[in-house]
Amino acid sequence: MITALAIMALGAVVLGAALGYASIRFKVEGDPLVEKIEAILPQTQCGQCGYPGCKPYAAAISAGEADINLCPPGGMDGVRKLADLLGREVKALEAEEKPKQVAIIDEATCIGCTLCIQACPVDAIVGAAKQMHTIIEPLCTGCELCIKPCPVECIHMLPITENLDNWKWKYPVIEIKRAA
Amino acid sequence: MLAQLFGFKGGVKPQTNKAPSVQLPIGQAPLPSCLFVPLHQNIGGAPNPLVVVGEHVLKGQLIGGADGWVSAAVHAPTSGTVLAIEEHVAAHPSGLPTLSVVIEPDGRDQWIPRTALDHRSLAPERVREILRDAGVVGLGGAAFPSHAKLTPARAVPMQDLVINGAECEPFMTCDDLLMRERAEEIVRGIAIFRDLLGAKRVLIGIEDNKPEAISAMNKAVLRLAEDYAVVAVPTRYPAGGAKQLIRVLTGKEVPASKRSTELGVQCFNVATVYTAYRALAHGEPVISRIVTLTGNIEQPRNWEVRLGTPMRELIALGRPKADTDRYLMGGPMMGFEIPDLAAPVVKATNCLIAGSPALFPASPPEMPCIRCGACAEVCPHELQPFELYWFSRARNFGKTQEYHIFDCIECGCCSYVCPSHIPLVQYFRFAKSEIWSREREKQAADAAKARFELRNAREEREQAEKAERLAKAAAARGSERKPAPASAAVLPPTVEPVQPVAAAESAEAVSPSDPDTVRKATIVAAMERARAQREAVKPRNTEQLTVEQKNEIAAIEARRAALKPEPAAAQGGRADSATSQERPGE
Ligand code: SF4
Ligand code: SF4
Ligand code: SF4
Ligand code: SF4
Repeated sequence: MITALAIMALGAVVLGAALGYASIRFKVEGDPLVEKIEAILPQTQCGQCGYPGCKPYAAAISAGEADINLCPPGGMDGVRKLADLLGREVKALEAEEKPKQVAIIDEATCIGCTLCIQACPVDAIVGAAKQMHTIIEPLCTGCELCIKPCPVECIHMLPITENLDNWKWKYPVIEIKRAA
Repeated sequence: MLAQLFGFKGGVKPQTNKAPSVQLPIGQAPLPSCLFVPLHQNIGGAPNPLVVVGEHVLKGQLIGGADGWVSAAVHAPTSGTVLAIEEHVAAHPSGLPTLSVVIEPDGRDQWIPRTALDHRSLAPERVREILRDAGVVGLGGAAFPSHAKLTPARAVPMQDLVINGAECEPFMTCDDLLMRERAEEIVRGIAIFRDLLGAKRVLIGIEDNKPEAISAMNKAVLRLAEDYAVVAVPTRYPAGGAKQLIRVLTGKEVPASKRSTELGVQCFNVATVYTAYRALAHGEPVISRIVTLTGNIEQPRNWEVRLGTPMRELIALGRPKADTDRYLMGGPMMGFEIPDLAAPVVKATNCLIAGSPALFPASPPEMPCIRCGACAEVCPHELQPFELYWFSRARNFGKTQEYHIFDCIECGCCSYVCPSHIPLVQYFRFAKSEIWSREREKQAADAAKARFELRNAREEREQAEKAERLAKAAAARGSERKPAPASAAVLPPTVEPVQPVAAAESAEAVSPSDPDTVRKATIVAAMERARAQREAVKPRNTEQLTVEQKNEIAAIEARRAALKPEPAAAQGGRADSATSQERPGE
């Protein structure tokens, strides 16, 4: 009886020590869940979720403060992935899903005020004071944050059209033909 | 001769249907009314246009310069006038447009000056460059720039050079005819590739249903006293897949994750070798290719066709029968249906097949997979197509990758045998392009995140620096104010949000030692520094400009020269245009 107790006690001590050591030795920096959530978010950094960027939203989801259906650029696909990761219910998106877009500056109208440069979260706009500005299309995430600040309303959003570089094979559908 | 052939797993034996198109020798297709030469005909970087609208070009003139190393140049297929550089429908299953140079032939077909070179007298790097600038790409259908495959791996000595004349795809006979009629040039071309790679052994693999080609190649090898082995490989689709042929001839298995040079073997198509030889020994860039025109037409035949010829004009030469309802580019196994016959013949167009309901009966409706395993038996890559199908269908792309979807060469054997008529390859193409597009999106998202974080860090740093500067200015003002109590009375010592300029001014107001000259001197010094900086900056990315960009720059330079007498204006102008020039490339 005593031996059994002693063995169990010894086991508890040894395992406890091992666990304690492991928690110090293999300490994880940052919050791995936030990182996993952030990896799913589209990094548009548009703030439409009500948080100032994708990371704050990820932190809010992980803390249980925010729902998983607030990110319009992520679309239903994003909601599904988040639901998968977190084991929550799939919910309908809060807003409408939009096609992917990029911003374009009407270069003739641009007065070079630099306001859009300051608004762009991903440094996708180049230009200098009183010089024409332009958007580096491949870097633009389509967040629309540069539209409002422009005093002469020369920035528009264009949907990304299909071209040979982004063309995809479609899901095979079987044509239903009318029987003759 | 090789002592032993190695087999590959799987494969099927579809009806070859090759006989009709080998009755006639290769014909020269007449000049079309108009040529639409797409600039991007290769895998890799898209070439830049080097001509302008209205320019007269000669046959073989460079019209698109290679962009980067993995890219290949594009040339004018005949002499004539550039009518437009515009988007024109591409030879692609989507029917989407691509930037093309439209050339109206002048009928004279006048060559550029050509120089014949001997590859043995040139450095290997130079030969690769010549091949790139002659637009030599894999003509088997992949259109991968050949020069980029011609660098041997450092660690592994190049053992075998495999020359692919197998041509396993049904209907297709362009390589067969090329070997029959131009064997000697192919054999001479092989020497170029062998020397560049330093290959010890050359194996020419030809399917045993082409005895004429085998004997022609054998004769040419003998005549030129080379030690190449011409090997007849058993006829079984897809023996002409690069990986299958390598496996059959050398026994080496090339995994999807590795390049074949890493295993000491490389593979080229016979037509590619032929164009490489024409490029070096005759100075002729790739401006035409042999295309098999066959199927439901009156006169099946192989034609030597100028690149950029609209498919409609080529097809008219074969006189399609009335019940033709579709056209395929490539073979019936791996090809695709052309949505628009205005699309031009490109370097990847090896075969055009006119299809009719009788020739390609509509496949019966798709039925559920019965897990018979027939597809797995014929898959030359020993994949499990039914598993891949299941996961592609369910859009479970992670799983498809676990089942090695990227090892699939889309040969179509699995769809061919499936008793449930499942278009398996279509599911695999869908899954692959979906995975690629997600990969692209992921990369873009990661880049956006990195830029966002950099920007945040920069803003924080700038704010901290500003605060520090202000604190310093305030401190400086505070210490200087002590000997002058008059101004201290006006400004309290702890004012923070003051512009540094204001601080400097107040500092000057306090120290009366000739403020004007000091200030002027600093301004002059600052202007001098700025000027020096401006002059040190050279506009970069000025190589590889299009003609239009060059003209634009010349116009700007001219305007700038006109402004020269007024130095201040000229300097301002230079700074501006320097920024605007650097912008597009950034
Ligand atoms: S809405 Fe989506 S993309 Fe926009 S900031 Fe929020 S998480 Fe990021
Ligand atoms: S350019 Fe405009 S739309 Fe594009 S990322 Fe920047 S702020 Fe957003
Ligand atoms: S051949 Fe067709 S039915 Fe048979 S296992 Fe493969 S996919 Fe399923
Ligand atoms: S198409 Fe892909 S999966 Fe099907 S047999 Fe060919 S390699 Fe195998």
